[in-house]
Amino acid sequence: MDLTSATWLPVAFAGLMGLSVLLYVVLDGYDLGVGILSGTVQGEHRDRMIASIGPFWDANETWLVLAVGLLLVAFPQAHGAILGELYLPVAGLLLGLILRGVAFEFRAKSAVDHKVWWDRAFVAGSTLAALMQGYMLGLYIVGFERTAANVSFALLTALCLVAGYAFIGATWLIIKTEGVLQRRAVAWARGTLLLSGIGMVAVSIVTPLVSERIWDKWLSLPNFVLLAPVPLVTAGLFVGLSIVLRHLPTRTDRFCWLPFTGAVGIFMLGFHGLAYSFFPYIVPDKLTVWQAAAAPESLMIIFVGALVVLPIIAAYSAFAYRIFWGKATDLRYY
Amino acid sequence: MDDPLLLARIQFAANISFHILFPTITIALGWVLLFFKLRFNRTGDAAWMDAYKFWVKIFALSFALGVVSGITMSFQFGTNWPGFMNTVGNIAGPLLAYEILTAFFLEAGFLGIMLFGWNRVSNRVHTLATVLVAVGTTISAFWILVLNSWMQTPAGFEMRDGVAHATDWWAIVFNPSMPYRLTHMLLASGLTAAFLVAGVSAFRWLRRDRSPGVIAGLRTGVFLAAALIPIQIFIGDMHGLNTLEHQPAKIAAMEGIWETRKGAPMVVFGLPDEATKSNRFEIAIPNIASFYLTHDWQGEVKGINSFDHRPPVAPVFFAFRIMVGIGLLMFAVSWLAAWQLRRSGEVHHHVARVLVAMTFAGWIATLSGWYVTEIGRQPWLVTGILTAKQAASNVAAPMIASTLIGYLLVYAGLLAAYIATIFYLARKSAVPVHHSPAEPVRAGGATAAGDAVAAAL
Repeated sequence: MDLTSATWLPVAFAGLMGLSVLLYVVLDGYDLGVGILSGTVQGEHRDRMIASIGPFWDANETWLVLAVGLLLVAFPQAHGAILGELYLPVAGLLLGLILRGVAFEFRAKSAVDHKVWWDRAFVAGSTLAALMQGYMLGLYIVGFERTAANVSFALLTALCLVAGYAFIGATWLIIKTEGVLQRRAVAWARGTLLLSGIGMVAVSIVTPLVSERIWDKWLSLPNFVLLAPVPLVTAGLFVGLSIVLRHLPTRTDRFCWLPFTGAVGIFMLGFHGLAYSFFPYIVPDKLTVWQAAAAPESLMIIFVGALVVLPIIAAYSAFAYRIFWGKATDLRYY
Repeated sequence: MDDPLLLARIQFAANISFHILFPTITIALGWVLLFFKLRFNRTGDAAWMDAYKFWVKIFALSFALGVVSGITMSFQFGTNWPGFMNTVGNIAGPLLAYEILTAFFLEAGFLGIMLFGWNRVSNRVHTLATVLVAVGTTISAFWILVLNSWMQTPAGFEMRDGVAHATDWWAIVFNPSMPYRLTHMLLASGLTAAFLVAGVSAFRWLRRDRSPGVIAGLRTGVFLAAALIPIQIFIGDMHGLNTLEHQPAKIAAMEGIWETRKGAPMVVFGLPDEATKSNRFEIAIPNIASFYLTHDWQGEVKGINSFDHRPPVAPVFFAFRIMVGIGLLMFAVSWLAAWQLRRSGEVHHHVARVLVAMTFAGWIATLSGWYVTEIGRQPWLVTGILTAKQAASNVAAPMIASTLIGYLLVYAGLLAAYIATIFYLARKSAVPVHHSPAEPVRAGGATAAGDAVAAAL
């Protein structure tokens, strides 16, 4: 295969887009998860939970804008095809993101008797956004065919993604909180770990079943042997996490970061499994990354810019995380 | 209501109208906050920090609304207008990508530090965060205005098999209408923020709130508005002349001139009638339009009837008059208030009331201006290349209608909550909670607790 820019650029952009999706799912995943969990507590605990994501949620959500933006600019045909198929869930997702984003600001500024309504909007918006993302993932996996079985599968992935986000949200809280709230976070993490695992197993079983191509990619020899570490390591992480969570929190708070790291590992492995299954298709079994790509000269302009800018973004994001390092304190404007 | 094209246009117009309200505030308010911060750094006067602390909350609220409504639009390009990216994606794509890469992350990354990092970073880093957020919002405006201007006056490309390919990025970025449109929009943002700051400060002042930041805010808002409005009128005129050169049909609709003629009159008022292709109840001043459009009393102005592709006249005609009317009102009010502030250090309470009434005048002017330019380029989405109809998706009308109703309800609710919250914050800040009772305040020779003084005022 000759390496012209028309061959490698679409792959590079698929990689960039994948990176943004992965970063989005991990980063906004934990803050959506904290939003979902905040529905189960009141008062001071809820304020503290929301404070733990306050300085970050905005930047986290920007990865979604980048992912959708890259889909739009690098694969315009796929953007139209995928989002056209997902018209209503996209509208639901947007509604959810709008509600939670504004509730975050309004709850801190409105009169006390309105605050409780913004809190509800925050929980509802976070949950709705997670549900819709899971539902869209489910429909994407089955190639947008809406049979009864497929829709129930998509509903299952929706529930499991809510559980997955709640799980990573709980592990984030284990890092950022202490005392009673931290113990509750450990309990939440234990509870949601199982449901997240069920979701991953379901996706892993259904994906090869709906596509012969994906079946062959995973289950023919020697791929089966070469790829076996992926599910094995994932299963190992689940077992390891459930053991670790039984012993947390420790008195000195060492290892409070371990569950979050494990959760990130699981998200990464799951994401790469899916990416391996679908590549080179961007619209499952219909459109490859090369067929959907924009003109190479335009992609090149973006690619050069992205190579320069992304490290800078990484640097100042790291800077922001370092500034707000440690246990969350009350969120005050000054 | 079963025309999917019309519904898709209304939906996008609703989203973009809702969205533009908030960036219009944050683009300039970011710089106003930086001004407060720098004044505080320089003078150490608590009034500036007081103003900063009050307005940074409104900035954060506006920013959040801008972010969430902006995310909506990045999805709607694909769901409602797939033909847009399929045809001009090679040009629009890089511009949008650069906006996200150079602006969105910058704003979002430093906003957290600007809002919540006060006790965690040095004053210098906090000032730097304020600078970077302001720079980010402005860069964002730059890329969006480049794209919008390119859609109005495309340049630097060639069509191959019905798809636009870039040939000259310099010409694309600096397309003929970009400098005018960008300047016009940035000034519109400045005026919107200035009237917001002046209006809310006047509201607090009328409620006898004498927090140190109130007068600082009032002065900043009024003087900023008074300084910007003459520039805006001048730039607006230049922008109009640029439009006459590149999109004459839009000018004809703005002016309400149907037939091409020499010595065209300025139509002050009229009811444009598409059926008879003329204005009813027209009040016009002879030769003025020719003079300000061609700088010749007998210059020829092309009428709407001479164009094959032409926009609907009435909305463009009225939106233009609303924009200009508010601009003139802004001029009168800001200069009167500035004169009073210079003369006596405060504004007359009637003028203060007018300022309160004009708190969101910038929004109305900006929206009207956008309607002039966006409806005025119809039927084109990209002038000469792509019509809105060609770009529309084949999503069924009921689906668009149902989501449209959803969006409208949410937007109406959020807009009401936004305005209510701003005035709630303005009222609440008058309650002297931040004057700790232990901190004595000198008032008229007597030293009293802050609470008592504020209560007596």
